[in-house]
Amino acid sequence: MTATPDPNADTVWVEPVALIDRIPRWVAMLALAAVVIAIWDLATARMAWVSPIILPSPAETLADLIFVGQNLASGGYMLEALWTTTRTVFWAFLIATAIGFSLGVLVGETKFGERAVMPYLVAIDTMPKVAFAPLFIAWLGFDIASKVALAAFIATFPIIVSTAAGLYAASENERMLFKSIGASRLQTLFRLKLPTGLPHIFTGLKIAAVGVMAGAITGEFLGGGQGFGALIRQSASTMDTPRVFALILYLSLLGLALFFAVAWLQKRLVFWNKADRPGGVG
Amino acid sequence: MTMAEPRPLTAGPAAAARPVYQIERLSKTYARNRLTALTDVHLTLHKGEFVSVVGSSGCGKSTLLKIMSGLLPPTTGRVVLEGKPVTGPRDDIGMMFQQATLLPWKTTLQNIILPIEIRQGRAAARAAIPRANELLRLVGLGDFAHVYPAELSGGMAQRASICRMLISNPAVLLLDEPFSALDELTRDFMNMELQRICAEQRATAFLVTHSLAEAVILSDRILVMKPRPGRIVEEIVIDLPRPRTLEMINTPRFGEIVAHIRDLLGKEAFQ
Ligand SMILES: Nc1ncnc2c1ncn2[C@@H]1O[C@H](COP(=O)(O)OP(=O)(O)O)[C@@H](O)[C@H]1O
Ligand SMILES: [Mg+2]
Repeated sequence: MTATPDPNADTVWVEPVALIDRIPRWVAMLALAAVVIAIWDLATARMAWVSPIILPSPAETLADLIFVGQNLASGGYMLEALWTTTRTVFWAFLIATAIGFSLGVLVGETKFGERAVMPYLVAIDTMPKVAFAPLFIAWLGFDIASKVALAAFIATFPIIVSTAAGLYAASENERMLFKSIGASRLQTLFRLKLPTGLPHIFTGLKIAAVGVMAGAITGEFLGGGQGFGALIRQSASTMDTPRVFALILYLSLLGLALFFAVAWLQKRLVFWNKADRPGGVG
Repeated sequence: MTMAEPRPLTAGPAAAARPVYQIERLSKTYARNRLTALTDVHLTLHKGEFVSVVGSSGCGKSTLLKIMSGLLPPTTGRVVLEGKPVTGPRDDIGMMFQQATLLPWKTTLQNIILPIEIRQGRAAARAAIPRANELLRLVGLGDFAHVYPAELSGGMAQRASICRMLISNPAVLLLDEPFSALDELTRDFMNMELQRICAEQRATAFLVTHSLAEAVILSDRILVMKPRPGRIVEEIVIDLPRPRTLEMINTPRFGEIVAHIRDLLGKEAFQ
């Protein structure tokens, strides 16, 4: 027939949907992992472009993953080390949360905190905090305490900043509403400003969760002791790269667990904040 | 004493009614920028009266309302409500702002009893739940008591904030452009709702708006303000019969009143 369009026909056409939107997320993730591992395998085991000391092959790494996993599962010395690091991370996160939240409220709620305390906090925050590690070791020894101190020190600042920012998040209208219904300063803080600031505070906690891991491992690198960081350093010093890879992977599980614990708590507490939902990791 | 009497149908200001709010020689200069936002404002609100104030933006309407509500101290003058000077926020003043400002982590019902919870504690707030449900039915939100604000439309949220304002039985309602963030159809509807609620509650209301039509349709009296410095330049009694309907907008009398106010304000004040 000719190309004359029928003026009465429905004007229906297919709305284009990108391929990536049509496949489930886990499929996309698995596909990417498969490609990366294939290239990795090609570069190491098959073509030997890279020396095994620099980058072990996937198979070697897997073998070490299984070895380390067996050691962990059977309650060997690696489990001991993981437990030490877990305790370090746990205490450091708790201390950072307590101090960071308190200082954040001081800075965000009081003029004194904002004017007099904040400048010092900003000054300290700009320092490379890892440089304090020798001091913490000198003060607290080679035991877990010095690592807890370093990790907490690193993780405190994002919590301070996010708590203070969260307390500013309530709108002018909301403040006026609370004033007009006769709310006291404490009522305004606890019933308005803190709940409004929770999404900010949780963002800070997530950053702190990452920081506390980095701090704990750095502390263990520099200060020895019984933790996972010390294991990694020992393996690295004997050029046992596959072991280092395997240890790092297990260590990252600890970081992920902490991160998702915070994310889970956020979902429970900040149930009303829809902006945080898509993706779930935010 | 005038509680049981019906509103006068024709005479605008309820001349016989008892004065509720008295404001004398009021002026406000903001200390921060030495800006004189209000000078020499006098006004009296009578029981059951609906008064609007119109004027271009920046002429001091919100400042006046904030001083009346005790949110802001005046520089000179006095504000007296029900015989007592206003020196801070009071529970016999109900306020409503342009934004509904419902707390997203509280249900509609919990938002409405918030003023009681803040002032008198949780037990009193629980005791106020039946009254809150009654108010929700009054504004047509009976089925939305346990819904979170994210699920309410703009108009529904403002109706919920009307309930929150009414929960403590205020002697006067202070409304700062309460519906100006809503679309026009919703806004007309809300204005009629407001008229009905005020009539049912026999409320004394003071409305700030920049919509002349809204002011005329709702008010017994309109105060016209001019800026720099903010002052009341004229008082207009609206003699349209009550209850008012949206159809009145098309009457010649309505047109005359709007034209008169527009003249007063000057053409540049409203687009
Ligand atoms: N907190 C404040 N500090 C200083 N100036 C203000 C403040 N609030 C309002 N103003 C000024 O006072 C004038 C009146 O403001 P406002 O009462 O908000 O007017 P309107 O509500 O009629 O638009 C404006 O010029 C405004 O810039
Ligand atoms: Mg205003």
